[in-house]
Amino acid sequence: MYDGKLIIPGLLIFLVLMISPILFNGLDAGPVPKPEKPVGVTKCVKSAQYMRTSHMKVLDDWRDETLRDGDRTPVEIDGVKYEKSLMNGCLKCHTDKKKFCDECHVYTSVKPYCWDCHYVPKETF
Amino acid sequence: MDIKRRQFLKIAGLSTIAGIGAPAAFNLLLKGETSPVSYASSGGSAEASHDDAPAGVRLGMVIDQKVFDANIGLAQKCVTACHTVHNVPDFGKDNKKDAIKWIFEVPFEKAFTNKSHYHRNAHLHDSDFLVLCNHCDNPPCVRACPTKATFKRKDGIVAMDYHRCIGCRFCMAACPYGMRSFNWRDPRPFIDQTKHNKEFPTRMRGVVEKCNFCVDRLARGLQPACVEATGNTGAMVFGDLNDSHSKIRKVLDENFTIQRKPALGTQPSLFYII
Repeated sequence: MYDGKLIIPGLLIFLVLMISPILFNGLDAGPVPKPEKPVGVTKCVKSAQYMRTSHMKVLDDWRDETLRDGDRTPVEIDGVKYEKSLMNGCLKCHTDKKKFCDECHVYTSVKPYCWDCHYVPKETF
Repeated sequence: MDIKRRQFLKIAGLSTIAGIGAPAAFNLLLKGETSPVSYASSGGSAEASHDDAPAGVRLGMVIDQKVFDANIGLAQKCVTACHTVHNVPDFGKDNKKDAIKWIFEVPFEKAFTNKSHYHRNAHLHDSDFLVLCNHCDNPPCVRACPTKATFKRKDGIVAMDYHRCIGCRFCMAACPYGMRSFNWRDPRPFIDQTKHNKEFPTRMRGVVEKCNFCVDRLARGLQPACVEATGNTGAMVFGDLNDSHSKIRKVLDENFTIQRKPALGTQPSLFYII
């Protein structure tokens, strides 16, 4: 191999850099986020597991149903009606964006652009 | 198996022809069974025939200019009501380039460009006419939109989904009435924080916006904000154009009305009593 003296140490340095996160942190993914649940409400529009994985799908579906099909019939769970809306539905229970939404979004490094247009409760912009 | 050069070329040629021809033949036979892939409907077809009377609900509005002339300041009240309810930013009178307008006042010659302005009377000369989205039955903006961000609902409202808008402004070029505005800059700092409507979102930089006939208010059983602002003056009448017993049909039956640029075939849902 030509220039093996340079290539092999170079490859080793590259490898160490690539696995450095594992070397430093092991297999620890950091503290698991604990979004604050709303007080006094036990049920969401779907199961907690479904909401955890697919709340964005719910929001997209609601948007298309209300906006395009004009179907704004509220979602009824245990006799409680929830408006199909982020601002006027979800955020009525989940009043603290920082302690609920941001908790996971920051952890998973997701930057949804909901808040460019939708108001956060008690927001001053 | 011995194959001659001449035979090989014959077979190869025939297979090529069959290969090219077969898909075309299949497409012809199966025509009309494929559907374009789309996850969001754009409502009614924009290319609807001009002669068809649309079925179902078709929301429209009559603007009585005589009432607006008799009540000075009423039109401005409508504008303020609309812009407050929908969190429309105010960039000030001097900044016309960035202005966002859902409903606004224009002189006769700007509103009705195809009408003769020669020797027009004092009434037409002096009064300003309220203009807003015409919610056309054959909306050119819907046809122009490449993302289906703007679409026609079943009730005739031409609405927008700002999530889908990519800010290409084709709709602005397509709208013959100039009823669409583009957010050249972040509108939020220009919305009055003391008066804004917390139930309605704002827009972001880079999307087009326009009047939505207050779809959210209609869903709650309210009248559009501008109609509500006119109170019981009768300056604006809102209702179903296809319902022969509606108030708007009564007003249309009893009055001579004009529309903006009817010759374009966009079939506006707005009528003016001059």
